[in-house]
Order: sequence, then structure tokens, then C-alpha cells
Amino acid sequence: MSAIRTAVNEERFAVTDRLTGRLQSLGTPEFGNETSRAGAVGPALLCPVGPDDWALAAEAAAAQGCRWAAGWGDAQGESWVVNALLEKSGDYLLLRTVLPPGRNDLPSQTPHFPGAARPERHVRDLLGLDFTGHPDDRRWVRHQAWGEREFPLRPDFPLAGHPPAVTAPDRGYGFASAHGPEVNEIPVGPVHAGIIEPGHFRFLAVGETVLNLEERLGYVHKGIEKLAEGRDPESLARLAGRVSGDTAVGHAWAACQAMERAAGVEPPERGLWLRAVFAERERVANHLNDIGAICNDTAFAFGYYQFSRLRELWLRDNLRWFGHRLLMDRVVPGGVAADLPEEAISAMPGAIATLRRELDELKPILDEGTIFQDRVVGAGVLPERIVRELGCLGYVARACGIGRDVRERAPHAPYDRLGIKAVTRSDGDVAARLYVRYGELLASLDILDQCLRRIEPGPLRAAWRDPPENAEGLGLVEGWRGEIATYVRFDGTGRIARFFPRDPSVFNWPALEKLILGNIVPDFPLCNKSVNGSYSGHDL
Amino acid sequence: MNNLLSKIARAGIVTETFKPLTDPELDRLGAELKAVIDGRFAGSLAIRQVDAGSCNACELEIAALGNPFYDVERYGVHFVASPRHADVLLVTGPVSRHMQAALLATWEATPEPKWVVAIGTCAAGGGEFGVNYASCGAVGNVLRVDAVIPGCPPTPTDLVRGLLSLISR
Ligand code: SF4
Repeated sequence: MSAIRTAVNEERFAVTDRLTGRLQSLGTPEFGNETSRAGAVGPALLCPVGPDDWALAAEAAAAQGCRWAAGWGDAQGESWVVNALLEKSGDYLLLRTVLPPGRNDLPSQTPHFPGAARPERHVRDLLGLDFTGHPDDRRWVRHQAWGEREFPLRPDFPLAGHPPAVTAPDRGYGFASAHGPEVNEIPVGPVHAGIIEPGHFRFLAVGETVLNLEERLGYVHKGIEKLAEGRDPESLARLAGRVSGDTAVGHAWAACQAMERAAGVEPPERGLWLRAVFAERERVANHLNDIGAICNDTAFAFGYYQFSRLRELWLRDNLRWFGHRLLMDRVVPGGVAADLPEEAISAMPGAIATLRRELDELKPILDEGTIFQDRVVGAGVLPERIVRELGCLGYVARACGIGRDVRERAPHAPYDRLGIKAVTRSDGDVAARLYVRYGELLASLDILDQCLRRIEPGPLRAAWRDPPENAEGLGLVEGWRGEIATYVRFDGTGRIARFFPRDPSVFNWPALEKLILGNIVPDFPLCNKSVNGSYSGHDL
Repeated sequence: MNNLLSKIARAGIVTETFKPLTDPELDRLGAELKAVIDGRFAGSLAIRQVDAGSCNACELEIAALGNPFYDVERYGVHFVASPRHADVLLVTGPVSRHMQAALLATWEATPEPKWVVAIGTCAAGGGEFGVNYASCGAVGNVLRVDAVIPGCPPTPTDLVRGLLSLISR
């Protein structure tokens, strides 16, 4: 699908035009005048770059204040195609380079975009591509499940791999260490004390004060990118809904949007409004959960019970009206698989009003809770500079005053008709992240009211049409944690050749390493909960 | 403070056993669970949950067992931080190969007698992920499993029902 230029769009293209102009001046031979004809992938303009200019392109983009939004590799025949998605003010640009057969190195973009560090290591571990000039040569998603010279995303690597009977625990990872009689090293995980996903944290602390935190993730890597290959659209949507189980709607929507853009399938109006209903209901359920959990981590049991009660009522409505508490498998290629029943049309406005009233009652109680406020205000402060460097997303960025919200900046249907304003705060601490979510809860309830008022009768789902070989699409959706970016490419038989879902956690996990510094070790659970990165969505 | 107290008073008790039930089955199951736990486990059943590769939705539903509607602690079921304290391991996810050793170590650390319960379609049979280079699939491929509670994810009521069928055997 190529971008259509209209007078209204003209201004939106100006930023990317400036970037493409700048990149042209790099003298990249493949680039030049071809760019405007290179087309678009989803809403992103495509920008071919020669492999040797890969780092220069990043440098130019960073100088223009672009955000590095995603990076992935794709083995196509003998050559590799490597992509980096950039964003500025809601405009997206997809840098793409093609490596000639036999070449397997590319200059790293990490020196210009620190947030690219882990995604490049992920590509290196799964595809075997070397990023020259990368500041960190340690493996990342690879522990011991496959060999050092095996690369699961290469076409010659079988899905089954060659695993040993029992995979050895991870070893030999070069954690940062510090020496001196005062410094303690505290390893935590992968099995944690609570009901929570697995990961490993390595603290360096003096007394109780955290000097350094290093995350070691990858424990729940289950081969999602490889598993997607050869799936049909329906089963890809099912898999996408399980990339991160708390974001079943967000990831399925992003995957379906990507597939629909590739295939030129337009979901019907009613399907789009229902997707927004599901996505906002998911946002509400998760924010209620996390606000309750943050209360619990400050020993404010009252808050935990109140918010978990409200969440349970909300999930029961999901089950009653849409057939699944967490709304899995309700977003499908071409539309949705569950309608808005009469019962919901009559009962949902009341449920929304009740929740709004309860939230209005609970807010002053949180505000007045001096012990609670003592714990959350000033805890885990994230500097705005780090948000910009890492490209943090969702409430983590918005709590530092950076209003990144796809629904506002690059709204897709039906959000383009709702005029959404991102909720922001500026303190960057646990309290700010909590109150941003509080504001988002209320905003989501308003959105739900509007969706209910505006939804019209009509079909739920458009007929699917197989796209041509190599048709590709990019899905961009504001999940409850922030922007989800999903790339899909089809093979010649209507099946998936490449699926890459990028959860917002990828850029928020590194922020946790920064915001914990100078805090005490016992406040880690609280700080961690206020960020609530997805392990599954990160590890893939 | 007044706000807080009046909110507590107005929210009241939502725990489902002792009021007209929206879910009579849960009430019945809970009572049965309590009877078995009282009789056979001196009143308490300690559970250690292990996410061995889940998408995290199974965890959300297990965690919901602690909300005031289910409040499984009143049946004598509680979640413990260490496998050393546990009678039962609730394991979720297709076991990722990167979690295989940690899962085995957790199982080793759990004192006998112990049960392993596979939670969710993934833990039961591999689910959407199956067996591949990064996933061992079903928990049963890694450990001897005593009971399975399928569902993607199982609802809290499914979980109570599944626990009951395990311990009343
Ligand atoms: S059974 Fe379903 S909910 Fe549970 S881990 Fe598997 S995919 Fe997630």
C-alpha cells in the first residue's frame, strides 16, 4: 500500500521529507531519487539505505530527534534484509538495507540510539548478524538452548532445533561487577517469590542502596518468531494474542492491522469500533490490576483489595458479554470474532458509570494516604533524558512529560475520529506513573462511552484475500503498555514468511535499570511494578 | 481517613461464600476444598507457583485467586515464596528450554510429598507453542505431573475445581 499525499497530509510528510532529504545527501547510491518510489510499509515511508551507510543514517536520524522504534532482520533467500523503524511526531520512516549474499555484518546503530542495544543483540543471537561497533558483545536472548553457531531464524535452521535432553542453566554471562568491601552483589531469579514471570536481576548495592542493576532476560523465549513462519492469518492472530497474555487484544490488533495492510483488507466499521472497545477494556483491566499491585507493594492492603475487586467485576463483564475474561482471540484478521450483545449495550454504560464513581471515590483516599504517598512520591525517578535516549513508551514516557501515544500522534481508525489527548505527568516517579494510569483509566471510560454511542449495526469482519508474495505490512497500535509495532511479510501461498512483534517493554525494561539507582533494594518490587515490563513479550 | 472508612463500609464484603451467590459452583467447590484441606492437610495447603514459559495470562488468573471474590486463603490455600514451604507446584507455560533447569531445581527444592499441577493448555500439552528449539512443550515432558487444569487461561473457578480434584483423590 503506498502513502497517499493530500494537502492535509503534506505537513505530516514534511518531517520525513527532511529526513529523507538528509539521508539522500549521504550519497547512498540505492537511495537518491528512488526513495519516493520506494513506497511505504503500513504508515511508514520506506527508505532504502546502503549497508555501509546504516550507522550514518542512524546518526542523521538521531540528530533530527527521531525515536528508534524497532529493529529486525529477515532472511530472504541468500540475502538479509535489515529494518529499523524511526518515528518523529507521529511520522514513521522505515530504514531498510539489503546485505549482499555472503555478507553478514552491518554497522551498529546503538552508538546513536542506546535503545537499539538489546534489539540488535536479539537479531545477532537469532540471525547471526554481526553489528560492528556495538558496545556490548554479550549474547542476549540466547542462553543455552541452542549453540553459539546456530541461528534459529535462518531458513536452514529447523523449527525443532537440536536441543539437548536437559538444557543447561545459563552460565558464563559477564555481569558487571564491582569490587570493594562495601559492595554487595545480590542475584535474584529467574524464579521469583511471587506469582510473576521469570527473569534474573543482578544488584550491586552498598548497604541497601542500589549502585547498579543489571537485567538478564530471555528465560521465556519460546521461539515465537520462528513458530509464526508458515502460519495462516487466523493462526498468526492466535499466536500474536499470546505474545504477552495481558496484551491479548493489543498484540492481536497490531498483527491483524499489519496483515490487513499487507493484504489490502479493510475491516468494517463495526469491527473497528469493537476493536477499540476491546483494547480500552484491556487497558482498564490492566491499569486496575497494577494500581492495586502498587498499593499492595506499599502494604496498603485496602487499595489492593479495592482495585482487584473492581478488576474482577470488569473481567466478569468481559466473560459475560464477549466470552473471554481476557478477550483472547476476539480480534481476528479482517475484524472481530465477538459482537456487542444487546445485554452489553444496555448494561455497559451503567458499569462504566459505576467504575468511574468508584475511581472518583478512591482517588482522594490514595491522595490522603500519607504512608502510601510516602512510598510512591520520589521513588524510582526516571530522568526525561533517559526516556529520550532509550525511546521509552507508554505510561513510563508519559510520566516524564513525553506524550507518546499512538492514539494521539498517529491515530488509526477508529481513534482518528475521537481526538485523543495523551495523559501526562512530569515527575517521572512511581507516583507519576501511577497517576498517569489513573488518568488513563478515566480517559478509557470516556472512550468506551463514545464507542458505544457511535457504533452502528453492520458486519463484524471483512472477507480475507490472500496477498501476493512478499506483501508486507506494519501494525502500530497503542497497547496498554504503549506503542506496539508489528511487522508481517507473506510468502507466495498466503502464509506468514516473517512475523516480528515489538512489545513496548523492550524499551521500558532498560529504563528500570536506571530509575532504580539510588533507591533501596526493598523498593525494587514497587519500582518494578510501576513499570511492569512484560517478560514474555520481550523474550519472544 | 473518613473517606477510607466509609469506602470500606460501603464496599462491604464481596467474598462469595457467605452471600447470595453469583457463582454457586464456586461456593460449593470452596466448601469442598476446605473440607479436604482441613481433613488431610491439617488445614493448610501451601502452593508455589512457577512460570516456566507462560504468556503471563495464566499468572493473571492464578493471581486473581487472591482477590476478594475468590480469596482462596479462606479455604486454607496459600501461595508461598519458597518451594521449601510448598506442598504443590503450580507450573504454567510450555516449559521454555531456558527455564527447564530452573524448573527442575525448584522441583528438587520442594520437599516430599509434593505434587505438580500443570496449569493451562500450554502446560497441559504445549498449546500454541508446542515443542520446538526453544520450548519443551508440556510440563509433563519435563516433570511427572499429578494433575492438569486446562484452559487458555483457566478461569479462577476452573483453578479451584482443579485443585479440589487433585487433593480429594
Ligand atoms: S495456556 Fe494460554 S494463557 Fe496460559 S500460558 Fe498458554 S497461551 Fe498463555
